[in-house]
Amino acid sequence: MKEVKLFLGPQHPGMHGNYSVHMYVDGDMINKARPTPGFLHRGFEKVMERRLWMGNLALIPRICVVEPDINEMVYAMGIEALSGIEVPERAHWIRMMVLELGRLAIHMMGLGGIGGPTGMYTATYWGIAQRDLILDLFEKLTGARIYHMYIVPGGVRKDLPENFLEDVLKVVDDLEKKLPEFEQLILKHPIIHARIKDNIMLPAEVVWELGVTGIGMRSATGVQNDLRKVKPYARYDQVEFDVPTGTYSDGLSRMNIKYAEMFQSIRIIRQIIEKMPKSGPVRAKMSTGSALRWTVPAGMVYTAVESSRGEYGYFIVSDGGEYPYRIAVRGASFAQGLLGIEKYLPGHRIDDASLWMDTMGVCSPEIDR
Amino acid sequence: MDNKIKSMFSPIRAWKYLMRTPVTIAKKDIFVNPREASERYRGFHQNDMTKCIGCGTCSEICPTAAINLVPVEGIVHEDGKLDERPAFDYGRCSFCGLCVDICTSDSLNMSKEYLHLSIDADSFYFMPDSSGIHKTSAKVGYTRDEISELLDLVRQEMQHEDESRRSSFIEIVKGYAALDAKNEAARCVACGICTNTCPANMHIPEYIRAVFDEDLKEGIRQIYKTNPLANVCGRICTHKCETVCAIGHRGEPVAIRWLKRYIVDNADATDYNDAAQESVTAPVNGKVAVVGSGPAGLSCAYYLRTLGYEVVVFESQALPGGVIRYGGPQYRLPEESVLKDIGVIENAGVTFKCSTKVGVDITLDELRDSFDAVFLGTGFSLSRPLKIPGYDHEDVQYAIPFLAQTRDYIREIGPMPDVAEKVTVIGGGNVAFDVARTLIRLQEIKYGKSFVQMASLEDSEHLPADLEELEEGLEEGLHGYFAYGPMAVKVEDGKIKGLEVKKVLSIFDEEGRFNPSYDEHDVKLLESSQVYMAIGQMPEYAYFNDEMRDELLTKRGQIAVTDGGQVESYPWLFAGGDIVRGPDIINGVATGHDSAKAIDNYLQSKK
Ligand code: SF4
Ligand code: SF4
Repeated sequence: MKEVKLFLGPQHPGMHGNYSVHMYVDGDMINKARPTPGFLHRGFEKVMERRLWMGNLALIPRICVVEPDINEMVYAMGIEALSGIEVPERAHWIRMMVLELGRLAIHMMGLGGIGGPTGMYTATYWGIAQRDLILDLFEKLTGARIYHMYIVPGGVRKDLPENFLEDVLKVVDDLEKKLPEFEQLILKHPIIHARIKDNIMLPAEVVWELGVTGIGMRSATGVQNDLRKVKPYARYDQVEFDVPTGTYSDGLSRMNIKYAEMFQSIRIIRQIIEKMPKSGPVRAKMSTGSALRWTVPAGMVYTAVESSRGEYGYFIVSDGGEYPYRIAVRGASFAQGLLGIEKYLPGHRIDDASLWMDTMGVCSPEIDR
Repeated sequence: MDNKIKSMFSPIRAWKYLMRTPVTIAKKDIFVNPREASERYRGFHQNDMTKCIGCGTCSEICPTAAINLVPVEGIVHEDGKLDERPAFDYGRCSFCGLCVDICTSDSLNMSKEYLHLSIDADSFYFMPDSSGIHKTSAKVGYTRDEISELLDLVRQEMQHEDESRRSSFIEIVKGYAALDAKNEAARCVACGICTNTCPANMHIPEYIRAVFDEDLKEGIRQIYKTNPLANVCGRICTHKCETVCAIGHRGEPVAIRWLKRYIVDNADATDYNDAAQESVTAPVNGKVAVVGSGPAGLSCAYYLRTLGYEVVVFESQALPGGVIRYGGPQYRLPEESVLKDIGVIENAGVTFKCSTKVGVDITLDELRDSFDAVFLGTGFSLSRPLKIPGYDHEDVQYAIPFLAQTRDYIREIGPMPDVAEKVTVIGGGNVAFDVARTLIRLQEIKYGKSFVQMASLEDSEHLPADLEELEEGLEEGLHGYFAYGPMAVKVEDGKIKGLEVKKVLSIFDEEGRFNPSYDEHDVKLLESSQVYMAIGQMPEYAYFNDEMRDELLTKRGQIAVTDGGQVESYPWLFAGGDIVRGPDIINGVATGHDSAKAIDNYLQSKK
């Protein structure tokens, strides 16, 4: 029997392929897999040390392209913790709304994205189109569709535009109405079903072994480990939502949880609209002087939020100066994306490799930062 | 599986999507009928070139180094602006909009334009004006608001002595504490417009940076590169720098003068001396005489010492310092500050010969013969009289001798000036306020109350004096008659009864000449038994012989000089300060420094 070496990627900036996996295959069975990061490496962490605290705002959302806001949030939370800044009440609620809209957007993309490796492109088009309506909201709120640069240390960059909450409601109502269609189209689709049901397993032992968090962990272990619940930030302690879990983690069950989470996000957004202060300040000043001279008191801090893929954290060290001394990013998919591929992709078929990455939630930029 | 059964109908279910409005835009519409971006859209930049001051702050904040400041054709130099304007490289820009949030002049915005296709890469690098990238007056998108603001527009508050100050000569402004100073320094964007405008081109952003870095030794070092009178200028400079400060376009300018004062007041004494004497060298290059020890003379003397010259300063008064010793009142400029500045210059090895009046005790020719060069910094030492009826009465007093006498009184080496209970001051400049506010203090000390009136041609909005002088003067109880022109000193039985004033309608005539017109029906008598004239000063040239006087003096009584203060027909003679540029301390410092360099050039070229 002859072993052939196949390359999955790198070819696509932004999707799984910008991260190369070298697969040693026998027939269509993967015998050995070597994740090869580095193609995307933009030295984010190092570059941040040479940028003003505020300047990094332009950089951090790029660490995870499809879910940029979590970066802004952990970064802001870190600086706020070190500086002892009191974030205005209204800003907490706005931030939470941005984060949940972001979660909806990336879940929508994840749901649709499964169409790619399964050859069901309708799913992808639909998913992306629906996500675009959320991006419209972001454009209105922040001035940009993808790199919002909106959550800033101390609060948010601007107050809500006129009628924004109505617009949000319209979009989430519409989404909620259409979600069952997506369920039909994607989660219940026989082809997709056949490909991911009872396949691409993530047993609980592996979760503990690799340190998988997020949906991966919750779907396999039944543990309700969602940072929004267990270590609430913003005002997550003041909204009601459920954390869907499971004890049998195959590709399908993880997709199902993603689907269920979207309803929870919509539920949270509705509560935000209802409960948030109707007016008031939205930004506290991060430091004195002009932004060219903003500093953060010396110290170190680790802050984390629940991203769509699990615990997403920044370890920030400041020496008291105008630039961060060191920032390390904990990409949520580091565990499954690097070790996981090497150890647990073997035994799957070539066709399943990208499905594996999709349903495990692997975002290469956050590994390759 | 029921899934499979359901899926039989799946194709039909898809039909209903035919009825839905598409969320996509048809290709044919992309260019002809493009979707309009949102109100806050961060598209290409727009810059209002008439507003932009070229400060480069946008470029400083830009995290991608996408902004370069480049020369622009057709932009003529204006004071308070730099000559270059920002060009944007969209090969680098990340469309973060931080540049918009920090733009000092409010000139920079982003447009709703987001589409630009070109095979010419250079077209992605351009200097935006208000017409956008396609020169089609694009709609404005992202703009700054007070929430996204990245400047700090509000000054750190300065503590002042309260009203009770008016019965003493205690310094009014208390100076910044360390944290206030650091916070104030943090407001600076280091654009350097101030440096360009400062007559002495002081290294302002650099010394403000030193305050921010808590490195006061570096601050002293930067200050002494261009100004050896930092204690004085940190208090009473006319701070033209603050007038042009970039932050002043939308907020309160950085308190540059107080930051300078903070450095000199708070630097460690040893650090101070080390930094100030760092570039002073042994006297090996020659000998220079400096006439007059005011700001120009002191500055010239100090920098000549750093260039390796032996310097002797001749001063007619008993103490060195000129206007800073005998002019500005103690409540603005305490004696210690003057002593500190002069002390540094003495330590640098400058010799002072006081009570020696050139032209009386020693002639200019003698100086020429025994020195390699002579610098004149004799200043405006005479008060200008206003020849209205009654001006020659003995109780009409003049600003310069009065202020000098007061300073000697406070130095406890002279008697208290003879101040009446009710007085009137003529003038509206800083010196007039110095006189009026000094009078208030002397009256409070002598009588326990004060009554000082001030009459000026200009109304309170156009006074030549600084705004703070007016505010503080009024706070101290000054009675202002602004836009009232002095007509006559009324004398009765040999005693002054008061000053007659008339309401001013306009100061200049239609051709812009000085020619005040008055409202004949609005005449007042400002009752007082003394009148103080503070309408201006003039130079005294007793040391020139007739020939020199004819040759050198211009119409306005100033000396005509070439660059560096050199007198053309007498190459060994240099001049600076008031007699070249008119009265202003920082001009004195600047011209003194320039002359030191010019003297060095002249003497080196003679070798
Ligand atoms: S938008 Fe951001 S990246 Fe672009 S020029 Fe302005 S500051 Fe630089
Ligand atoms: S910050 Fe504003 S004023 Fe300054 S150079 Fe940039 S565009 Fe011009």
